[in-house]
Amino acid sequence: MVDPTDYLGPIRPYVLTGGQARPSRNTVRPETLLVANADVSLPPSATRQHRSLVQLCRGMLSLAEAAAHLKIPVSVAAVMVSDLVDTGHLAVRTVGADPDTPNYELLERVLHGLRSL
Amino acid sequence: MASVVSDHRGADRDEADRYVSPTVRQSVKILVSGPFGVGKTSLIDSVSEIVPLRTEEQMTRQSLGVDSLMGVERKTCTTVALDFGRITLGGDIVLYLYGTPGQRRFWDHWAGLAEGAIGALILVDTRRLEESFEVFDQMELSDTPFAVAVNVFPDTPDIPLDQVVAALDLPTDTPMTSCRALDKESSIQALITLVEHAMGSARLAGAQR
Repeated sequence: MVDPTDYLGPIRPYVLTGGQARPSRNTVRPETLLVANADVSLPPSATRQHRSLVQLCRGMLSLAEAAAHLKIPVSVAAVMVSDLVDTGHLAVRTVGADPDTPNYELLERVLHGLRSL
Repeated sequence: MASVVSDHRGADRDEADRYVSPTVRQSVKILVSGPFGVGKTSLIDSVSEIVPLRTEEQMTRQSLGVDSLMGVERKTCTTVALDFGRITLGGDIVLYLYGTPGQRRFWDHWAGLAEGAIGALILVDTRRLEESFEVFDQMELSDTPFAVAVNVFPDTPDIPLDQVVAALDLPTDTPMTSCRALDKESSIQALITLVEHAMGSARLAGAQR
């Protein structure tokens, strides 16, 4: 089968995601930190874009950074990341669940960090 | 050290430093908003440890006009860009700064962008204050804490900050400061003003619980 992502010209963005328009999980945000799981190798059927994403995430990066380096929209990268987290190829590196708003203790640490710069 | 503006641009910010330190356990974000050309990317660039990155989204938007001949609504495609930078704080927190345009359509599109944000630093240019109105219309619709910073350009007139608050019809307790977005120390100070304000909001929310 032809991998449509091998085509070098413009392709419709959802081709990269295998037709999905929305991520399978809604916990990925632009600032969500990701790192590849080196123990799980990608299946031969993985697209070039999925491979590039896992390869890029050999070090820790946020979703928005990964999208910017790969020159794909964050919304498209979010779909790919959700899939790769589901299959165990990528791990989310954030403590606990993201609260809706940062708590006082976290803000205090941010303030201290900014003052120490 | 206040004069150090761009010395950190070279060797410190090359490809090798692309990755977030493995000691980081948590990420937080601040939105830097304001009209086009107000200095959002300058501020992000002056404080970021990485060369600011850009990501673009395509969005289709139904135009207001209707094609009377065809009887179908015409759609237009717009690109919205997000510039952002990163600062590692205390070794275990990474702070992202997202430069977000003021237009309503941008905020509608990036639904998750403001979610969980510490707050928004709104940059204004007092030489063309009217261009900021849409940003404040947008902020009034959201719960995101915000602080206002006048970006001081060489020919910015010396207007007292309380007059700017009055002109923008902001609540009198809105934190207001001025900064030079090209200057690292000055930009960090503006971010500190916002974080202190967000701490006040967080304490208030905690007390009401």
